Amino acid sequence: MSTEAATGGLNEYITHHLTHNVVKLGTGFHLDTWLVSLVLGLLFVLWFGLKARKATAGVPSKGQAFVEIIVEFVDGQVKDTFHGDRRSVTPLALTIFMWIVFMNTMDLIPLDLPGWLVHTVAGAETAHHTYWRLVPTADLNTTLALSVSVFFILIGHALAAKGGFGFGKELLTAPFHAHGPLAFVLAPVNLFMNIIEWLVKPVSLAMRLFGNMYGGELVFMLIAGLLAGWVTFVPGIIANTAWAIFHILIILLQAFIFMILTVVYIAGAREGH
Amino acid sequence: MNINLTFFGQMISFGILVWFTMKFIWPPLNAAIESRQKTIADGLAAAERARQELKDADSRVADEIRKAREEATQIVERANQQYNQIVDKAKVDAIAEGARQKAVAQAEIDSLSHQAREVLRQQVAALAVSGAEKILKREIDQARHRDLLDALAKEI
Repeated sequence: MSTEAATGGLNEYITHHLTHNVVKLGTGFHLDTWLVSLVLGLLFVLWFGLKARKATAGVPSKGQAFVEIIVEFVDGQVKDTFHGDRRSVTPLALTIFMWIVFMNTMDLIPLDLPGWLVHTVAGAETAHHTYWRLVPTADLNTTLALSVSVFFILIGHALAAKGGFGFGKELLTAPFHAHGPLAFVLAPVNLFMNIIEWLVKPVSLAMRLFGNMYGGELVFMLIAGLLAGWVTFVPGIIANTAWAIFHILIILLQAFIFMILTVVYIAGAREGH
Repeated sequence: MNINLTFFGQMISFGILVWFTMKFIWPPLNAAIESRQKTIADGLAAAERARQELKDADSRVADEIRKAREEATQIVERANQQYNQIVDKAKVDAIAEGARQKAVAQAEIDSLSHQAREVLRQQVAALAVSGAEKILKREIDQARHRDLLDALAKEI
């Protein structure tokens, strides 16, 4: 099926597909992750932006109706979870959801299609040295960037809702409440608990999404190994199809989970203990 | 898995995307959706109102029809009564008129018969006298029986 698998075996094939296209820039820069995610993000804002610009309150076009369904779905989820001014929360949730859906969907593009394109356009030698990973969410940089941004937004919400003093006080007095001198003893414990609680949020968000997408990508690569031999070709096709269909669920589910957890965290950050 | 500069690149991308969505996508779409929701809600309310009004109008119409039917029945009843009264009155009048005319005719008949009888009596008396005269003229001398004849004439 692929030139890499034919020459170097499954191991090399997978290693090749798991190598980023790194640009020597500072500590290194994943051009593939960054470019693919940027193009997809622009695709999203272009699509929704155009529909939003032409949006009418009257009878909507099918395109507008489709966009509105997504927006209303996200807004409905936010409304159910977060009771407050949604003007900044819903756009955040919408961006997270759509961008992650778009990036996750890259998993469904045939693994060797980019390689084949490079091979066809620039020849085998260039293809052998050009690494290109298509799924930005299977790069921890992306998921962690998202979750850390969310983390800062959470802190912003907590500060906006409680003020600097209120937030600081909560860090020291919750979850263990006490009066008198005992409160001073419990303060470091509370702070420690809160720091863990706060740090767990971005890490779990990033790891969950990354793990799912990386794992999904890896399974696709293993299945692609089946396609290399004649005997395993038909089972390979079946397995590939089955996994792809199942993966559609994961794509949407993981995007949804990331979005809804963000909203839940924001709601939690605004509420007092 | 190495975290490197990509991380910051992605953060910046994400920030720009969120900003764009917040600025240019969410407000117009939300405005359109909310305004349409309002239009639909107004339309539904108007439809509900119209349905209520139609129901009221229907009940009013039914009321009017019922009243009109009652009135018509009353009118027919009254007309029937009037008709009966007129017929009765005509009957009574006719009977009275007939009786009156009969009385007039009877009176006329009575008076005529009375007159006839009077005339007849006079004529019979004259005839009797003249008959007697003829008989007596032949057998009795007028001079001789004058006193008798005078007494007879007086008697008639």
